[in-house]
Amino acid sequence: MIETTLIYVIVTVLLGTAGLFFRVTNGNSDRFIGRAISVVSILFVTGFLIMAVLHPTPIQNAVFMWKMPFASFATGIDWLSMFFLVPLLILTASSSLYGSGYMAGHSSDRGHWLQFSLLTAGMVLVLLARNALLFLIAWELMSLSSFFLVITDRKNESSIRAGWIYFVTTHLGTAFLIVLFFMFAAISGSFDFSAWRPELFTGRTADVIFILSLFAFGLKAGFIPFHVWLPLAHPAAPSHVSALMSGIMIKMGIYGIIRVLLFISPFHAWWGGLLIVLGAVSGILGVLFAIGQHDIKQLLAYHSVENIGIILLGIGLGVAGVAYGSPLVALFGFAGGLLHVVNHSLFKSILFFGAGAVIRQTGTGHIDRMGGLIRSMPKTAAAFLIGAIAICGLPFFNGFISECFIYTGSIRAAVFSARPQLALLAMTVLLSLGLIGGLAAACFAKVFGVVFLGEPRLDTAEKHKEASASMVTGMWILVSLCVIIGLGSPLVVPLLVKPVFMLLPAGSVTSVQPLFGFSLRISAILFACIGVVVVVSLVRILFDRGKSPAGSAPTWDCGYVKPDASMQYTASSFADPIIHFFRLPLAAKRSMNKTIAPLPGVPWIFSSSVDDWFLSRIFSPMVSSVKNLFSLLHWFQSGKSQLYILYIALTVLGLILWKYFL
Amino acid sequence: MEIFSINFHSFAGNLLSPLFALVFAPLLPGIINRVKAFFAGRQGPPLLQPYLEIFRLLQKDSVYSTSTSWLFRVAPVAVFAATLSATFFIPVTLWAAPAAIPSDLVILLYLLAFARFFMIISALDTASAFEGMGASREAFFSLMAEPVAFICFINLMREAHTGSVAVALTSASLFTNSISVILSALPLFIVLLAENSRIPFDDPNTHLELTMIHEVMILDNSGSGLALFEYAAAIKLWFFAVIIGRILLPVTAAHPLLQTLLLLCIVAGIATAVGIAESVMARLRLLKVPQLLFGAGVAALLGFFMSITGALTW
Repeated sequence: MIETTLIYVIVTVLLGTAGLFFRVTNGNSDRFIGRAISVVSILFVTGFLIMAVLHPTPIQNAVFMWKMPFASFATGIDWLSMFFLVPLLILTASSSLYGSGYMAGHSSDRGHWLQFSLLTAGMVLVLLARNALLFLIAWELMSLSSFFLVITDRKNESSIRAGWIYFVTTHLGTAFLIVLFFMFAAISGSFDFSAWRPELFTGRTADVIFILSLFAFGLKAGFIPFHVWLPLAHPAAPSHVSALMSGIMIKMGIYGIIRVLLFISPFHAWWGGLLIVLGAVSGILGVLFAIGQHDIKQLLAYHSVENIGIILLGIGLGVAGVAYGSPLVALFGFAGGLLHVVNHSLFKSILFFGAGAVIRQTGTGHIDRMGGLIRSMPKTAAAFLIGAIAICGLPFFNGFISECFIYTGSIRAAVFSARPQLALLAMTVLLSLGLIGGLAAACFAKVFGVVFLGEPRLDTAEKHKEASASMVTGMWILVSLCVIIGLGSPLVVPLLVKPVFMLLPAGSVTSVQPLFGFSLRISAILFACIGVVVVVSLVRILFDRGKSPAGSAPTWDCGYVKPDASMQYTASSFADPIIHFFRLPLAAKRSMNKTIAPLPGVPWIFSSSVDDWFLSRIFSPMVSSVKNLFSLLHWFQSGKSQLYILYIALTVLGLILWKYFL
Repeated sequence: MEIFSINFHSFAGNLLSPLFALVFAPLLPGIINRVKAFFAGRQGPPLLQPYLEIFRLLQKDSVYSTSTSWLFRVAPVAVFAATLSATFFIPVTLWAAPAAIPSDLVILLYLLAFARFFMIISALDTASAFEGMGASREAFFSLMAEPVAFICFINLMREAHTGSVAVALTSASLFTNSISVILSALPLFIVLLAENSRIPFDDPNTHLELTMIHEVMILDNSGSGLALFEYAAAIKLWFFAVIIGRILLPVTAAHPLLQTLLLLCIVAGIATAVGIAESVMARLRLLKVPQLLFGAGVAALLGFFMSITGALTW
């Protein structure tokens, strides 16, 4: 299985390399290579799933020849790797298919598909690596290739800025990662994961490792306060890359945190508490920032912050459940968190694909300039609607299932737990999830309503047309998976529980039954609800039969005879009550030219903005103060090569003297 | 398979709840209107007027705005079906114990949220500023109300020691003098007023579209679509009234039939209370609304803290 995976990686990278030999100007290279990568990925993921079902224990390890000091090419696949590998492959397949249509005729860089395939390769290797140095190399491959993808639009100042901020933050994370791995290696005496046994890392050491892992992987996962790069990098990258980065690359941070949790024991309760607090803050602030955005891709990027928060709530509940000795709470917490990893990768990609299709047609990412697109792009609109319902955690789609698991775990804890601490933590999870759900629904009602419904606000509306077939197919592959997981959750549970069992203390929960029985009931109820929908529709059709065909008239606008598109409610106005209520944590700004009387011809100008104060007030000052500190070294670093030779000579001399006299 | 081990009676018992909702829900707006008419010194519409309204609308032809899409036409079905499905989890009769589904709380609240989502986007589909305004307020107030409802239900479930709302609501231990139950019933009444767009959150009788919430969102609906929206609104009111009625119901009474009758009386009483509240007070300023809901949430949270301090050891 490992060999097959490595062959897949090599084939993908070779396909990407082939892109270098095509001419840039026509879109054929993009069409061909994107579809080829997609076909290879679909074939591989199908085979992979079949093999996983046939082999009940896919835990494999393999060490390959590699002449590298301190490193070994130790690879492995276990249930945890596999659980992340499957969505990664599905996303690679759908985003390369979508990208084949999205980039056709728009590409300015013949290296695009090489960078894309290297990103996939890096992520696969991160999941396979069982040696710290191999992991770091894969990690860097992933970070660097995604950096180049972020700056695809090299003529654009803001995408270069986004690229640099991403570059700096991701390497800050790598720095912490190196420290973390050295700490593991210093204690265990090896860089191989197989030597990192949980009994070696306990007590205070485990605390330090846990905190380090939050820094190292948090900067990739992008939970608050480490999210600053995310809302900049996602809008800058092409949409299928945003989907891949937001859908699965940031989840590599979650993978890292969970992997580290497997190396340390026993879980401390405050880790769970910390994860829940981080999750609550990321979830609530993430969605609040999202509501305040005017750019559709930036808005979606903030929703990634929110969903990483939901994942952390689930994992935190799981850790707290283990620490307080409530295995059932832990089971539902971990299961919900892990399933949300998969779910978010599916619906967030649909949304990014939809946003990309809309941007290609309208030529703008500004929500308040769109409108009425459901008529010109019905397939994109329907896919976006399903993605929106799913991301809000509303019933019938996959987001509901994972949130339901987390809710169930926390309801169990809040109702039955004899430990008030666990009950309080569970209540925090419940309230955060409830608030996040309401805010997300408001936000996506706004996005869908303003972008796709109502009247078009742009003059070019007649020219808008449906996205190309490969883009639509890319979206609907993922939509079908959202429906399958949403209605058929019992099908997913057997695969889901395997990595969850790895995290639970051995022997605490041995049966799939609690999770399986629960998802079976949810499924039955959802099908019953669909039955109600069918019956209600039939009754309505029965009543409407024999009536004269429905008439049409302009919207009733309280007496105005000819309402026009500019009189529609805008996204900014829709969001304003919420933004105003939460203005303190958001540092929201509003301005209105009140001084000018509303004379005819003098427009009233109202504007509101929500800027990320984490970037402007915390990260930027921090980075610039570090820069100032290092500029002190300038006197030492004059740029004259003679001086540098002198430094070398002095160092050698010093070393010789040290060796002789000490 | 575990799902089939739920006994048939409990499912049948639950199935009666949507039936009761369908039959009795339109009575509640009728009662409210009669109470308001009494306070205003008018005679008021007949008690059964809402039934006649719904039936009349079902008979009528529809007119759709040229700005709307297919979504506007399916939204009433989605809203009505989701609201009706939510009543499945709220037991009305006691002939059988309700089906205990863990976390039915999440399902019922999210079904209501699903209905609300479709309501909001169908309002945005009309391209009208007034309907957009109503949609925005609906989204804002409900996101404040939802966490309050969560805390209240958790308090009830803690009192009854069960993971299912349906079981908690039929539990005999609810009608004790436990302070956390009282601290849940009152916030739930405020949630009822907010979720159903009653005074002090919204004035259903106002003539000014600028200040409406629920009524303005359905301005452009007609015919069977409007009938479904009106019916769904009545069912939602019924849903919350039955929940509060369940909390107030002394379950120790002997015969199930008697209890159901008693419950219906209490629900009618709650509708009367809503009518009285609407008659004696005015709508709150929109900016004050979050404060009221926030206060309700704090009260419910206080109940939760009191409930867990019984076991507090640190």
